[in-house]
Amino acid sequence: MKQKKLLEVYQNNSVKISVRREWCKSCGICIEFCPKDVLVPDDQQKPIPENIDACIKCGLCELRCPDFAITVEGVEEKDE
Amino acid sequence: MKTVINNYIREGMFPNIWCPGCGNGIVLGAIIRAIDDLNWDKDKIVAVSGIGCSSRITGYVDFCTMNTTHGRALPFATGIKMANPDLKVIVVMGDGDCSAIGGNHFIHAARRNIDLTAIIINNMIYGMTGGQYSPLTPTGKFGSTAPYGNIDQSFDLCELAIAAGASYVARGTVYNPRQSTSLIKNALDKKGFSVVEIISDCPVSYGKMNKMKSPVDMLKWIKDITVSKKVWEGLSPDEKKEKYAIGEFLSKDRPDYTELYEEIIKKAQERGGNK
Repeated sequence: MKQKKLLEVYQNNSVKISVRREWCKSCGICIEFCPKDVLVPDDQQKPIPENIDACIKCGLCELRCPDFAITVEGVEEKDE
Repeated sequence: MKTVINNYIREGMFPNIWCPGCGNGIVLGAIIRAIDDLNWDKDKIVAVSGIGCSSRITGYVDFCTMNTTHGRALPFATGIKMANPDLKVIVVMGDGDCSAIGGNHFIHAARRNIDLTAIIINNMIYGMTGGQYSPLTPTGKFGSTAPYGNIDQSFDLCELAIAAGASYVARGTVYNPRQSTSLIKNALDKKGFSVVEIISDCPVSYGKMNKMKSPVDMLKWIKDITVSKKVWEGLSPDEKKEKYAIGEFLSKDRPDYTELYEEIIKKAQERGGNK
């Protein structure tokens, strides 16, 4: 299995979710209280935004994380 | 992943020492976001704490900080404020630290209305020392020193602060981080003694003894026991026993202690005292 990095960044064309795995303590708060069920636990109970397209950038996971281990940033759409 | 948080913490101290899911980290985030909103200079802020899990907060923030003796954070903070009234002084205490060991200091700081911001992280138990019940443990709940249930009536810290004369009193929870951030921001901005009680979770000590083993269970419980101030006013006395009101309870203007002290100095000098 592929070893996960200390900082995993997941991105689609509107949102960037970063998980700082070395600070995360697997408490599960972000996963349980995400209003859109974006996050799912991995084998270490740390969050993976499997459903990233459903993210509405409310930022509640970031605000409720006791360890500052997850951040949600909007991605500015580039004009083409 | 640089956020506002990174500008105000001592990153080398992380990951923090708290247990998984501990509310202290959520409160720390709320305090930092409130300070960032106010755009204060880091070097003009002093964070003071006593003893307990919550008091570790001063080790993580990149302000001027002071970790003092048990329950005595407010007296130390009073000294700092009197010596240099230009500093913004924030006092972070736990429920035991504030209401038991430092109970007397708390009411007298409120009585004097000295310009401090007291943030009380209320996890309803002595978490660090193994789960002894505190003056804020609700009646009937369990602790390591109350294995058959707590028979004491708990303090309502907000009402206590209002009665003692504080200028700003509010209560938030770790389940509502956005509201807590704005309450802390208002409190920091207010001249006079400001009190913000944040209801927090302790899954390891409180949760374990009260059938809530995970941080998620505890946050759900906090959500269930809290109602907004408006809803609270419509509840019957029996219903009120089980619930906590959250929101802003008081915001009034009263001359603060440092202002009055300045005036006394002026008066004494006019009468020919030492200049």
